[in-house]
Amino acid sequence: MSTVLSIGADAVAYGMVLFVISIGLSVTMGLMKVVNLAHGAFAMIGGYVASYATQQLGLGFGIATLAAIIITALIAVPLERLLYRRIYGASELTQVLMTIGITFAIIGIANFLMGPTLKTIALPEQLQGPVDIGFRTIAAHKLFAVAVGIVVAGALWFLVERTPFGIRLRASVDDAAMAGALGVRTKIVYAVSFALAVGLAALGGVVGAQLLPIEPYYALRYMVTFLVVVSVGGAGSIPGALVACLLLGAVETTGRYLMPEFGEFFFYAAVIAIVCIFPNGLLGRAK
Amino acid sequence: MKKLLLATLALAMSTSLSYAETIKVGVVGPFSGPAALQGRNFQAGIDAWLAINGNKVGDNTIEVVYRDLPAADPAQSAALTQDLIVGEGVQYLAGYYYTPDAMAAAPMLEEANVPMVIFNAATSAIMNASPYVVRTSFTTWQTSTPMAQVARDRGIDKVITVVSDYGPGIDAEKAFVKGFSDAGGEIVESVRMPMTTTDFSPMMQRIKDSGAQAVFAFLPAGPATLGFMKSYVENGLKDAGVTLLAPGDLTQEPDLAALGDNALGVLTTFHYAVSHDSPENKAFVEAASKAIGNANDLTFPAVGAYDGMYVISKMIEATGGKQDAKAAVEAVKGLAWVSPRGPVSIDPKNRHITQNIYLREVAKDGDKYINKEIQTFENQGDPGWTAP
Repeated sequence: MSTVLSIGADAVAYGMVLFVISIGLSVTMGLMKVVNLAHGAFAMIGGYVASYATQQLGLGFGIATLAAIIITALIAVPLERLLYRRIYGASELTQVLMTIGITFAIIGIANFLMGPTLKTIALPEQLQGPVDIGFRTIAAHKLFAVAVGIVVAGALWFLVERTPFGIRLRASVDDAAMAGALGVRTKIVYAVSFALAVGLAALGGVVGAQLLPIEPYYALRYMVTFLVVVSVGGAGSIPGALVACLLLGAVETTGRYLMPEFGEFFFYAAVIAIVCIFPNGLLGRAK
Repeated sequence: MKKLLLATLALAMSTSLSYAETIKVGVVGPFSGPAALQGRNFQAGIDAWLAINGNKVGDNTIEVVYRDLPAADPAQSAALTQDLIVGEGVQYLAGYYYTPDAMAAAPMLEEANVPMVIFNAATSAIMNASPYVVRTSFTTWQTSTPMAQVARDRGIDKVITVVSDYGPGIDAEKAFVKGFSDAGGEIVESVRMPMTTTDFSPMMQRIKDSGAQAVFAFLPAGPATLGFMKSYVENGLKDAGVTLLAPGDLTQEPDLAALGDNALGVLTTFHYAVSHDSPENKAFVEAASKAIGNANDLTFPAVGAYDGMYVISKMIEATGGKQDAKAAVEAVKGLAWVSPRGPVSIDPKNRHITQNIYLREVAKDGDKYINKEIQTFENQGDPGWTAP
């Protein structure tokens, strides 16, 4: 019994880390209709900023996380104006080629500036070490990731579904010309949404760094996992991404414990099964 | 007028110099991509050797030609090797970080009359691919086998092995399982993990449930190792007294700062630690640090390259600069010298390096983490070469 609970706790923690990193990609792909393969690169930039702030400048973890989100979003704004704006509504192949190019450029720059070695983010005392949750101990930063995941999911759902900005965003996505005619400044809505998605990527990079350490190839290494989460959950659906992460986290963790020799067999078998039954993802809208 | 004279003189001198041979050494390694750090270590080792010994062997001048092979890619390795042999006319081939790359290049050696000195690729079988292959690095069998003795000496009876599911991981597992079983220990379980594993918590749970006193692990250096060590500490295995044993690939010097306190006390066996205490190593580390730029980036492929250059210089010396692969390889069989890693020699039977394997413990030296050598296993050959 304790083993089952223990695996369950690991599964939730792993799933929530996945959620925090992938949700930004779900926003760009689902709401803005951009296949952004540079998502991992933005998460990595966030991780680098936080690592530099905590290790080199000695700043606190909270300030470093904020700095990571803001600086990464600031880097993304000119990229959106100069590059991404040209591929809104373009064919998926164009988007993939452009964003993978951006990813390679960022990998090269990261390698040049920060070097090829691993970078870690210093955690505050409260997040270090194990915490006793009754039936077992679990790393404090994993509990933190779970909490961040819940907060992000709630806040994002509220923003998109319940605020005037959310209404404008959904209107711009569904029909940019009509929204523009009705007085919505679509360019600004897009720029803000993009910055938001990138900020979420950076947050994910920081929070997930304990599981996925920061190094130049981070940008590509985990991209497949992020894309799988988005396609299983349904692009643009926040509850969908949440369910997908928890489900895939459970499948992956259980498989790893019981039959590690099978590798990622169960993970991808689950993905294939879900995508066959729900072609638009678990909670995605039909195209 | 004076200028003209000088120019003529310079021209005359340069033509007279060109009577002596320029001998090209072609080096294939990962100079970009995920393993670029290892490629830069090749370069640092070569540059350190040239800085200490100069680029002349007798009347001959060594010229190093680099080819970049970012990831294990046998077809590309064969193409680059061919380009070096035919296009550049190299007399010696060197480098090769991954086993498949060395394997793909080896069949060309006899026809091209070119010896190959491997600076890294660590699978035992490469030595059988061609009689013109010499290796100055290590094999995973060679570095993992002494760990079995270490475990027994510390009164450990039950061990679980956990390795990444790829060539070197499987080599490490086989070497340790053989050594440990022969020494009377019990392997309670052997687990192979997929290379893409990022969350090691389930694995730690499994190790806990297995009831083993120690875990023998092998993972590729970098993100996987960092995640593994973190999980090992966070899931309470370190506090529970489950000893972590591994070959030194896991605690490479550039990663130690990131591994931090989590790695303290981890026991590894390996052929070289940057902190090795000897005058030869001091000179080497000084020159190689200068070559690589940042002393913290220096690690084991540099010493493989450094000793490889020594072997090549002895080959050039023995053949007087003439291209004769057979004579060159014959000349270094049994060659013994003192390397920065300690006394070494080339085994005449399999042309692989015989060397000391050190037991090291991750320790703190000031505010820097080092692999502190605490025990020496002298003159270790490659047990993998004769293993079934």
